[in-house]
Amino acid sequence: MSISAQIIKDPSELKKLALQLRIDVLKMVMSSHEGHLGAAFSCMEILVALYFNILNIKPLRPEWNDRDRFIMSKGHGCFALYAVLARRGFFSADLLDTVKQKGTIFGGHPDRDRVIGVDVSTGSLGHGLSIGSGMALAAKADGKNSRVFVLLGDGECQEGSVWEAAMFASASRLDNLIAIVDANCMQATGMTNDIISMEPFAGKWKSFGWEVFEIDGHNCYDLLNGLSKIPVKTGSPTVFIAQTVKGKGVSYMENEIMWHARSVTEKEFHTALFELESSIKLCEAG
Amino acid sequence: MRTAYCMALHEIMQKNNRVFALTADIGYRNFDDIIADFPKRFINVGVAEANMMGLAAGLAMFDKIPFTFTIAPFVTMRCLEQIRVDLCYQKLPVKIIGAGGGFVYGPQGVTHHAIEEIGMLRTLPNMTIISPADPVQTGKAIYATMEIDGPVYIRIGRNNEPAVYPAKYAYQIGKADILLEGEDISLIAHGSMVKNSLDAASILSQEGIRAKVINMHTVKPVDRKEILRCAKKTSGIITVEEHNVIGGLGSAVAEVLAEESVCPVFFKRLGLNDTYLKMTAKHADLQHEYGLDCEGIALIAKQLLFKKNTFYMDNRNFSYG
Repeated sequence: MSISAQIIKDPSELKKLALQLRIDVLKMVMSSHEGHLGAAFSCMEILVALYFNILNIKPLRPEWNDRDRFIMSKGHGCFALYAVLARRGFFSADLLDTVKQKGTIFGGHPDRDRVIGVDVSTGSLGHGLSIGSGMALAAKADGKNSRVFVLLGDGECQEGSVWEAAMFASASRLDNLIAIVDANCMQATGMTNDIISMEPFAGKWKSFGWEVFEIDGHNCYDLLNGLSKIPVKTGSPTVFIAQTVKGKGVSYMENEIMWHARSVTEKEFHTALFELESSIKLCEAG
Repeated sequence: MRTAYCMALHEIMQKNNRVFALTADIGYRNFDDIIADFPKRFINVGVAEANMMGLAAGLAMFDKIPFTFTIAPFVTMRCLEQIRVDLCYQKLPVKIIGAGGGFVYGPQGVTHHAIEEIGMLRTLPNMTIISPADPVQTGKAIYATMEIDGPVYIRIGRNNEPAVYPAKYAYQIGKADILLEGEDISLIAHGSMVKNSLDAASILSQEGIRAKVINMHTVKPVDRKEILRCAKKTSGIITVEEHNVIGGLGSAVAEVLAEESVCPVFFKRLGLNDTYLKMTAKHADLQHEYGLDCEGIALIAKQLLFKKNTFYMDNRNFSYG
């Protein structure tokens, strides 16, 4: 059992770490036959950038009051969060393997009573931004510097409650609230644009009074650069629309809708593992 | 009860700076004192009940105690899933206050009535449900909820309800109040139906029938011991509520009776018989029309006692050939 835990400043290191964490997630899915691989892979660089650089947290004091909060509003991608929390030193990565056991603490949607480091239990879409707004409001009322980061799916933004919260946050000048949309352009049964297009998506957030940035959600340099500028404008909440690829990192999973909630076969597992390990070697070679 | 709620909340906010008052744009002028004294702890979220519940959850996770308020159907059923996931699943101390429980907002129509919400909320783990009988009890109940470590729903009426309680009395969540002792029949009620049940008991007493009247102000957890006492000591039980007969206090009492094998108990659930109100009328007129005024309750009580007599006669016939 080792504590890796430290802040990482080098974007290329973060990129490599995101690949390693994809292997952790792949193993969890392989052993449990549960989980949402596509959604976990699309947000991996976002989570790595947050937890290893941006978030003001103390993994060994998870309840520290003045910490930044993170809400995985797209709760189904939580295998990525479990892997990140483990590698960030909240708990041993050896525990991740218990996902296959009956009574595991690692459910298909995160439960704050079971997993140390999970701030909010999620799973039903459209809840996170309201809860985050309440937290951001309370932090301001207490004069705390805590910031609240909420990760949303793009499909999730079809929930009306997201926009109730978006309206409230800008009206209440919550500049300590940051939404990140994992815009992988896909939802459970197809392409987001084919099902219910939300275009102009950035324009919607702008018109709701948010500061909007469109970034490459797999580019760790861009992520660090963007996320470290908060608050961009005093009195305004900020949203990063992170363009991502569902299933990112494994060629046969990328942009394939069937990988939204599918498990892997033994053969698929080894192919994916080989690809991810090859990518890590490429990273190491520079 | 709205005034009583806002007064109690104002007092609590003076004593405890963790308390926040939220409303979804209902309560014109009710919150004036709170707005004047605690502008930063009063939040009108606009017409957005789902967001209000999420906000309350977020505030509670930062150690705040939020009181959320709007009209009963909207503060419960409109945002039921937020109540379930954000408040009950995560066991957060958020108070939900629904004005106009039952069909207090009579002529406003079915959209503004809440006759199903207790049934829905009763199935949610960690939820406490309180339905006070008058303004005094509302104030006491609001204070008492501060001790509850989890979500609470308090169903209140409108304003100027007749007093049932004196200003000074001890209120306890989960413990039914016996307002009148009697041996013949038990009337177990909550909310507006407590006063009507007391009035029904007066009518019955004129005919020599001694009714026991119980205010089951806490519908969840229901006072099982008092229900069993009623079953053993009186000849029949009638539950009375401004709610569908399915899911509310009537169901809660029936569950206790069935599980404790109290048989035979002469039992009737009085409320709305699985129907929406089909008439536009004032609250009192609707109560009369649907048999929930004191005369209606007294009539049902007599019918139940009549049924009991008939049953025993019939049994006797059978036994003795």
